[in-house]
Amino acid sequence: MEGPKVYLDYAATTPTDPAVIAAMQPYFFDVFGNPSSIHSFGQAAKKGIEDARQALASFLGAKPSEIIFTSGGSESNNMSLFGVVSANEKKGNHIIITAIEHHAVLEPAKFLQKQGVEVTCVKVSKEGLVDPSDIKKAITSKTILISVMHANNEIGTIQPIAEIGRIARKKGIYFHSDAVQTVGHIPVKVDELNVDLLSLSAHKFYGPKGVGALYVRKGTRIGTYLYGGDQEDGRRASTHNTSGIVGLGKAIELCQQQMDAEAKLQIQLRDALIKEIPEKVPEVVLNGHPTQRLPNNVNFSIRYIEGESLLLNLDMLGIAASTGSACTSTSLEPSHVLLAIGLPHELAHGSLRLTLGRWSKKSDIEQLLRYLPEIVGKLRAMSPLYHKK
Amino acid sequence: MEGYSNKLMEYFLHPRNVGEIENPSGKGRVGNVVCGDIMELYIKVENNIITDAKFKTLGCGAAIATSSIVTEMVKGKTRDEALKVSNKAVVEALGGLPQHKLHCSVLAEQALKAAIEDYKTKQAGG
Repeated sequence: MEGPKVYLDYAATTPTDPAVIAAMQPYFFDVFGNPSSIHSFGQAAKKGIEDARQALASFLGAKPSEIIFTSGGSESNNMSLFGVVSANEKKGNHIIITAIEHHAVLEPAKFLQKQGVEVTCVKVSKEGLVDPSDIKKAITSKTILISVMHANNEIGTIQPIAEIGRIARKKGIYFHSDAVQTVGHIPVKVDELNVDLLSLSAHKFYGPKGVGALYVRKGTRIGTYLYGGDQEDGRRASTHNTSGIVGLGKAIELCQQQMDAEAKLQIQLRDALIKEIPEKVPEVVLNGHPTQRLPNNVNFSIRYIEGESLLLNLDMLGIAASTGSACTSTSLEPSHVLLAIGLPHELAHGSLRLTLGRWSKKSDIEQLLRYLPEIVGKLRAMSPLYHKK
Repeated sequence: MEGYSNKLMEYFLHPRNVGEIENPSGKGRVGNVVCGDIMELYIKVENNIITDAKFKTLGCGAAIATSSIVTEMVKGKTRDEALKVSNKAVVEALGGLPQHKLHCSVLAEQALKAAIEDYKTKQAGG
């Protein structure tokens, strides 16, 4: 391996910040009580949870009582779709999603469709943008939920959530947004975004894995997701993951303080990559929106090569990245997001996603830029589609 | 990469016989851009013996490694011996393949068969 390891896959997951680990530490042995117990052991744990709830509510501009702690983004998304559909059957049976949602929204929607729920999947532009007027057109008298992700995890495009929310509000339809990629990275205020439900996950913003939350606006009719004890107002049973929730709270506090400065730095690195990759590697295409994108996301399709072989070569040099190629998954289909923005299969298979984070440095992107042209050259020399001019 | 043997990684990172053969005795091209794998296999046959084989592949680590090793496996074989090189033999030679990558070995076998078929056709025609 050459040089230090370089992590450019922060959108997959982030390291847990050492300050978060330190905040969690007491909640394994010293403060171990069951937060539902009335004795001092339990109440000390409960205080940790309620402080975290307050911190998250403050970040979102929400009330603490509107936060449900969950096991992560997937659960929050599942809870939104299943919970709203089950509690609003009398009102209607139609939901609207988009073609670029995460699988944790797409798959529940697919399941609901099999159960007889009508699902409309709205398309996106070639930059990955949802047109609010397309959402408006998809609304029927039976629509009970609209779900549009805040920013896409693969191509980084940020959606006009506030505008879609206004449309939903006017029609009296619940509006959910999967904000797993934005919370902790850009401002996410539930009242400015006009959302009724919002999913987030701690490990995407330097908190621990296995914990997340769902914001549910007061008055939103949503069914119980996990039956059992009366934790989280009876909406989600199971003994609280105290240390995880405390970690989420500390993580969001840190983000509240550092987010703006971090985003500025990441935008510099991001834009340097967006400028320099095409200069060093010919025949590449930027995926996603040129400006309306996450501060930390870069996604290119590199013609005539396949993503997995690119990733493996980078990994051998200690550089971690990601691809939408089918070859890294067990399915034979490339990323549904890249196909939804109209990329032909060969460009979807040749995609490279680089995502930055709290510990990204200029030297990281320099190392990538040093090796990428060489690796692409080697793979293109092997490619039957590439003919040197 | 999970499930890739050391031998496979060796053939992927340092593939043998990359390239094209000028005026090959046979050429096979299989796969398509939809699935993301395209293999081209070239053979040179002299006195009924495959004396050279080269490949070009667009695809994942397994696709590149299987096409590379198959070029090694057929060198020195007669046409009929080479036809017996199965995808199973390719997998064994690489020390195994993850389940969802087995189709790459099938593709390598098909590329080889296509090259030999092309050779046979040329022989019959010439």
